[in-house]
Amino acid sequence: MPANFGFNPTDLTRFLPEMLLAIFGTFLMVLDPILHKRASYAFGHLTILGLLAALGGSLVAYNRAGPAFGGMLVIDGYGTFFRVLVIAVGILTVLPSYRFLARQEAETSEYHALLLFSIAGQCLMVVANDLIMVFIGLEISSIASYVMAGYLRDDKRNNESALKYFLLGSFATGFFLYGVALIYGATGSVNLSTVRAQVLQQNAEPVLLAVAAALMFVGLGFKVSAAPFQIWAPDVYQGAPTPISGFLSAGPKAAAFAVFLRIFFTAFEPIGARWEPLVWGAALLSMCVGNFAALLQTNVKRMLAYSSIAHAGYVLVAITARSDDGAAALMFYMAAYAFMNIGAFAAVAYLSGKGDRFVNIEDFKGLAKKQPMAAGLFTIFLLSLIGVPLTGGFFGKFYIFRAALESHLVWLTVLGLLNSAVAAYYYLRILVMMYMHEPSEAAEAVEPLTTGLRLALVLPALGTLVLGIFPNWVLEFAGKSANIIR
Amino acid sequence: MLSAVPISWFLTLSAVLFALGVAGFLFRRNIITVFMSIELMLNAVNLSFVTFSYHYKSVDGHLFTFFVMVVAAAEAAVGLAIILTVFKNRGTLNIDDVDSMKN
Repeated sequence: MPANFGFNPTDLTRFLPEMLLAIFGTFLMVLDPILHKRASYAFGHLTILGLLAALGGSLVAYNRAGPAFGGMLVIDGYGTFFRVLVIAVGILTVLPSYRFLARQEAETSEYHALLLFSIAGQCLMVVANDLIMVFIGLEISSIASYVMAGYLRDDKRNNESALKYFLLGSFATGFFLYGVALIYGATGSVNLSTVRAQVLQQNAEPVLLAVAAALMFVGLGFKVSAAPFQIWAPDVYQGAPTPISGFLSAGPKAAAFAVFLRIFFTAFEPIGARWEPLVWGAALLSMCVGNFAALLQTNVKRMLAYSSIAHAGYVLVAITARSDDGAAALMFYMAAYAFMNIGAFAAVAYLSGKGDRFVNIEDFKGLAKKQPMAAGLFTIFLLSLIGVPLTGGFFGKFYIFRAALESHLVWLTVLGLLNSAVAAYYYLRILVMMYMHEPSEAAEAVEPLTTGLRLALVLPALGTLVLGIFPNWVLEFAGKSANIIR
Repeated sequence: MLSAVPISWFLTLSAVLFALGVAGFLFRRNIITVFMSIELMLNAVNLSFVTFSYHYKSVDGHLFTFFVMVVAAAEAAVGLAIILTVFKNRGTLNIDDVDSMKN
């Protein structure tokens, strides 16, 4: 009888997106000395090619849905949704980067290679069903992002951003890992399905399990920049290169929320009543801290960072609901949020100029007169961030608060809606600047839209509008996939 | 003999080390020391993993320890490079001086 090594070729198909991304990333690094400077756009084109290949790969993998590598990964609708989302975020990050990197004279392949590695890590995270794989994916994604945040080595702000991201990210990893260790101690396993079974049979030491849940909540809370663990986000998003700020606020965050939900809805679901107050509090605090701090900002990047904290609060409301509707609402919201936020950052990247000269709210004065198209598309993102009907942001909030009401979270819903009203103020301030003032120095200096930038603004705007006008396309899939494999 | 020492002692040591790491992270001002505190936290976690692995007589915990060590090494490589660029640009390793972005 031939020896059985437990190797299954289908497993490789299910692992296709990660393999493709890693291959393309490595290939880009090898290519750097050969192509150097002669064809600076080639790196970007190749990255998009790699991401499109990975997109195809995730769909192929979804056709063979099921567990892979002995239950380490689970390729289901939920994981595939987030795989596609983070890959789309990657494409939308590359597009504004063409012009941004050319302006900084910093076109190297490592920027793109790191982006691919980071996305590979996120793809792994969202399909992981074993805490070892979650950890590996989280770290692949994080370590690559630390470097990207400090990509412009000689820029003081980039350094600072990378340092803070790195220190607080590793700190969070420590908490997450201690949580994993205690889960292992409480149940003797790190596989989410096994842990769940042990918890259901009451085989788990309750104190250890509760502490583990709390520690993992802290670790993941840092990663999704939920209050009171949000301190790093404003500095990191403000200091990082603008397209990367957009990426950090969408990709790693979506993946972290996907993992958050998977862990808390599988392994910790049986003790849901005990962690619900924790998440409830963090949701409310994130919304308040994010929105009220954003009111005071004059730097648009920093303002968007605080707004992303507030949005993390809305998403936590969906987790607090502890229902399949909540999970579906989270999936929908993450998609809408990724499009509108990355689009908003692309608009800021377009205006900012070399070395982030123009990132103050005043610099947006009169942009509508000089660049009506860019201003119009930015308006769509801002309206969606407010949650105006016909945009993805509206339906995202609508589904989240509906799920919350169905789970009888009346107070959280009321306070959340009041928060959205506060938020409208600081987004509208930018609109007023763009449409009701004479052009400022920045608007005068702004360059015409390049193809890459135009796509970087139009594609997320299309995504935002499609989610706002035909929400059912995505919601149906989300509803079907929300019942994750336990 | 290892069996003569109760499991809870190892776990307590691990918790103390972890707490020391957290305290170091929060209260020390030198970036390198802060980074060392993070490593201390990770090693405290490793101790927990090995202890539980011994308790359950399974290798899962040992495996996890190896992954943690590999990742910690990768993190150290990236982290020290970041710290180096900060020092090159600012000439200081005091964490309070790396604060140029508040409004």
